[in-house]
Amino acid sequence: MATKELSMGDVVSRSAEYEQEMDTEKMTLNMGPSHPSTHGVLRLVLELDGEVVTKCDPELGYLHRGDEKIAENMTYNQFVPYTDRLDYLSPLANNVAFALAVEKLAGLEVPARCQAIRVLICEMARISAHLLGLGAYAMDTGALTVFMYTFTEREKLYTLFEKLTGARLTTSFTRVGGVARDLPEAWLEEVLHFIAQFLPVVDEVDALLTRNRIFVDRTKDVGVISGEDAISYGLTGPNLRASGVPLDLRKDRPYSGYEQYDFDVPIGTVGDCYDRYLIRMEEIRQSARIIQQVVETIPEGLYYAEDAKKIFPPSKEKVMSSMEELIQSFMITTQGPQMPAGEVYFEAENPKGALGFFIHSKGGGVPYRLKIRGPSFCNLSILPKVCVGAMLSDVVAILGSLDFVMGECDR
Amino acid sequence: MDGNFLSKLLDSNDYLTQRDSADHPAVNCPIERWLECATELKDNHGFDLLVDATCIDWFNESPRFSAVYHLFSTTSHQYLRVVVAIPDDENPSVPSVTSLWAAADWHEREAYDMFGVRFENHPDLRRILMWDSYPWHPLRKEFPLAGHDTELPDEEVRKETGTPVIPAPMAGGPFAASKHAGIMSKNEPRGADESWSEEKEKPN
Repeated sequence: MATKELSMGDVVSRSAEYEQEMDTEKMTLNMGPSHPSTHGVLRLVLELDGEVVTKCDPELGYLHRGDEKIAENMTYNQFVPYTDRLDYLSPLANNVAFALAVEKLAGLEVPARCQAIRVLICEMARISAHLLGLGAYAMDTGALTVFMYTFTEREKLYTLFEKLTGARLTTSFTRVGGVARDLPEAWLEEVLHFIAQFLPVVDEVDALLTRNRIFVDRTKDVGVISGEDAISYGLTGPNLRASGVPLDLRKDRPYSGYEQYDFDVPIGTVGDCYDRYLIRMEEIRQSARIIQQVVETIPEGLYYAEDAKKIFPPSKEKVMSSMEELIQSFMITTQGPQMPAGEVYFEAENPKGALGFFIHSKGGGVPYRLKIRGPSFCNLSILPKVCVGAMLSDVVAILGSLDFVMGECDR
Repeated sequence: MDGNFLSKLLDSNDYLTQRDSADHPAVNCPIERWLECATELKDNHGFDLLVDATCIDWFNESPRFSAVYHLFSTTSHQYLRVVVAIPDDENPSVPSVTSLWAAADWHEREAYDMFGVRFENHPDLRRILMWDSYPWHPLRKEFPLAGHDTELPDEEVRKETGTPVIPAPMAGGPFAASKHAGIMSKNEPRGADESWSEEKEKPN
């Protein structure tokens, strides 16, 4: 093969030059399902021309557990632990999204304190999910140190989750009609204390990455997604906003009292991997802002809807001392929370994007059909478009920047 | 605002009928007008984001399957649910909307995988979650929760091990009172299918 000096132009002209000058054979490369940058069990079948990707075919389903089939066979409350395992980096936020969907079906409003608790845990889940996402993304692009910083902070958050829910990962904290229990004593002060020491660490991570020459070179103008493409492929969450589309369900269709809190929605301009990094970085700070506001203004009151006699089981003391409450608790546990017939679709702005639940109920405690719209599933569907023309090493940056979780992609 | 929008939509398109819904505006669309309806919704009503597309299996009813689409407008922040009843129960198929929303590609592949509903003119209608040679459509109502005996997808592995994919145990629920008579306090409620449990090994 004749050697020829190739000009280091942009990717497109480089690949065009390859085609003209050399006869190259295409090569098929399997990336995943167990590859460090495919974060779980995503498998990409890549067709390569040299180092340039010419075709990308994602293979899903390695983590398919049939969550929707399972949901049709159990009561709404029994399904709550399964929602932990969708986006397993933010189980608290998944629990809330599911509870809100079912409550919408029941036409149930939860008290202000319960709403505030839910907003608080959703934002904490967002911070922990973004911390892992950013750390892993930076590690994939070669900046190993950042992961240590973000993981340390995430660990502190998990300690707080453990104090609140009793579990670190699979929290199952919300119930239909409330949350599992009230906040533990002095927990809110600990949250504030965490936020106060956490914000300087965010600045430190910022300083490590934002102007880091290697990181910027690996991510800037790589994997550019235009606003139209992002909408057409159904992208949501930070990935959509990085492409310049100002869509945030917390602002546009406020739920659980998000309208009371003051926060900004960061929007990207280019839609490249670097923008997606910047958006997540800023979202962490905005979530911290929301958390501070919630802690300051958290109302007194009940953490569950008291009037929902057929939905939320009564407290243990009441069950043990009163016949009527005993029957009520027994009925809810065995038959499930009683829902009217009807159809609802509810989406919540989760760390990865809009997590949606479509429920068709024929009445009773079990859904007739429950469809989960996993944001990662939709976010990954753009891969065959965005990877074509990129270098093989760029695929790693693109995957990291899309920040997906296979649990909710395969369900 | 929701009601206003829906009545306008119903007035200007007389083939649409209102559908019962506990939240967002919802319409039923006849299958032969679905593509036309989808184009109009996207071009004239600003529904630029297809958030979800799926199916429902009505099992003993006819038409047996319905395709359910959830649309969202990034400008007016309005949701719309469109339900298309599929008249053919044996070989259900719906026109694909991949040409309008690229997001429909994977959603339709998933619906095909899970329900066996075909999407006409879909560019690449393959299974997406299950493997290509999988013979069943798991979200159909007649498919048992535990699953069916199936051959492994990879021929080499199949020859080597000789094991099929066997149905999962139901030990994880839904829970039922034990079939075996005895003292209640010693019988915890457990899975209805007990072919594989702590005491019994996984059958080969």
